[in-house]
Amino acid sequence: MIPLSCYQVLGGILFVCGVLGFLIKRNIITIFMSIELMLNGVNLSFVAFAAQWHSLSGQVFVFFVMVVAAAEAAVGLAIIIAVYRTRETLNVDQVNLLKL
Amino acid sequence: MFHLILFLFFGAICVAGAVNLLVQSHPINSALSLVVVMASLAAEYLLLGAEFVAAVQVIVYAGAIMVLFLITIMLLNAGKEERTKGSRVAILIGVPGVLIGGVLVTGTLLTSPNAQAVPIGALKGDSASIARLLFHDFLLPFEVTSVLILIAIMGAVVLASRPEAVARGPRKDGR
Amino acid sequence: MSITTFIIISIIKSVAVVFVLLTAVAYSVWLERKVSAHIQNRWGPTKVGPFGLLQPLADGVKFIFKEDLTQPHVYKPLYIAAPIIAVVFAITSISVIPFGNWVDIGPFGKIGPWGTYLQITDLNVGLLVVLGITSMGVYGVALAGWSSNSKYALLGGLRASAQMISYEVSLGLSLVGVIIMAGSLSLRDIVDAQGGVFWGFIPRWNIFHGQTLAFFIYLISAYAETNRTPFDLPEAESELVAGYHTEYSAMKFAMFFMAEYANMVTVACLATLLFLGGWHGPIFGPPILQALMPVFWFCLKVFFFMFLYVWVRWTLPRFRYDQLMAFGWKVLLPLAIANIVYTALVVALRAS
Repeated sequence: MIPLSCYQVLGGILFVCGVLGFLIKRNIITIFMSIELMLNGVNLSFVAFAAQWHSLSGQVFVFFVMVVAAAEAAVGLAIIIAVYRTRETLNVDQVNLLKL
Repeated sequence: MFHLILFLFFGAICVAGAVNLLVQSHPINSALSLVVVMASLAAEYLLLGAEFVAAVQVIVYAGAIMVLFLITIMLLNAGKEERTKGSRVAILIGVPGVLIGGVLVTGTLLTSPNAQAVPIGALKGDSASIARLLFHDFLLPFEVTSVLILIAIMGAVVLASRPEAVARGPRKDGR
Repeated sequence: MSITTFIIISIIKSVAVVFVLLTAVAYSVWLERKVSAHIQNRWGPTKVGPFGLLQPLADGVKFIFKEDLTQPHVYKPLYIAAPIIAVVFAITSISVIPFGNWVDIGPFGKIGPWGTYLQITDLNVGLLVVLGITSMGVYGVALAGWSSNSKYALLGGLRASAQMISYEVSLGLSLVGVIIMAGSLSLRDIVDAQGGVFWGFIPRWNIFHGQTLAFFIYLISAYAETNRTPFDLPEAESELVAGYHTEYSAMKFAMFFMAEYANMVTVACLATLLFLGGWHGPIFGPPILQALMPVFWFCLKVFFFMFLYVWVRWTLPRFRYDQLMAFGWKVLLPLAIANIVYTALVVALRAS
């Protein structure tokens, strides 16, 4: 028997790591993976809160988050491929002009 | 006691994977650490009783989305990261700022009055009950997400295709 | 049954099942060599032991003594981890496969309620666990191709992983019809729902009872999933040298080999459980035989599927890669969805 806030704190730690990765990394793909890490932390919070309030809707909402994450990953990776084709680099500091 | 040991074991793997994602310079190592995070998160879901969500997390997130990331990294041959001026500024300001925010969030969560102690498998999320919720109460969001996925597929195919291959007509010299 | 008894029985079951699985993997290599030889009008291994039955032993010794080359240009951590990942995930999925019914242990079942299901563990979401482990097996292939730092290996690995994740979709969808008919994701419940007969003499196996199309979709998707001919372009010798395991030698190559055959065994086990009624079959004889007959029928059906794997491999030509992907996405996926719709309609109409 452990308090539910342990799970919520773990979700918070994952979210914080995701935000950190989003801010300090310079590779587009790694920034994208930090977004996925943030979404995973949020998923854990959803499931923990579902256990706290005894409502399965929390677990159902995790599905929607996963679906949106999958769609976003597909489109985002396609954008990254298109950016790589024109700019030949994956460093966000060098993708700073609207027109080449 | 057993619950605490299991939670701490998988929680430590989660946090180690997340920190490894930040620390590694090659994106493929970051991607593999993220896979480890997702797999240990699936174990945490099992500890909370969400068995269906745990299985779907492994199948969808760790088994499909991360494979997509890995394939993209391999195709684009992403190399190690470079340290630029912008990244140094971001580390200097970002790390303390985000850590302060994290401490605030943790403090709020730990002192909230609602969190009670739960056993292993607190809320049993078996497939039948989740399906009942998904197809009765959440039917409209479910159908909307299917349309969303269709749009994402079409968008990804269009974005990743080569524009000149579509627009090129037959060449004049017959080749 | 106390907790220590449960743990001891579980450990014994796990060790026995893994031992039998590894032996089955080794002897499926022997089966492939013998059957392919007879298809090609030659003998196959005959020298080592009667009918060449000790050939896998000789092969194992050869692999252990072969020189384990590690090229200098590979990325060491992933190079060593990739075959380990492939083998671990290939062997893990046997843990939810049921082989038979409840057996009573303890002398003649009279000393206490000591008994066990012939299955390492029965999970509520057992079928999803098998699908999840199959999805994780893609990493072994992708990482092998990447870490070898060679163009043939990288191309082979990317092709193989793209093929595997494409056919996972139709694989999973073809199983939804079976789940609808059984009403549960637990493998034991699915097999229990296939007991009995209908129309007097036809057994109520899913292949006869409405899931014939799903059976064929599952089989084709599984052949593509395990990278076997006619879908083995990523590892074909004449196309891409040896695909993703070009740069591997000796024990690491043997681990990839074992992973492929263990995946084949898993697919064969799943096909018998979900479509051919698992361990159901005529039971007769004294009680000790009655406890073992289900296992015998299960093994017979699994053997039939392994034989079918080898038979198809040496009969059909190979698909080209674009034909393969077009077939998976444009033919199998709509068929699988149509099967789900049809099954759901029939079950709902029958229930009302």
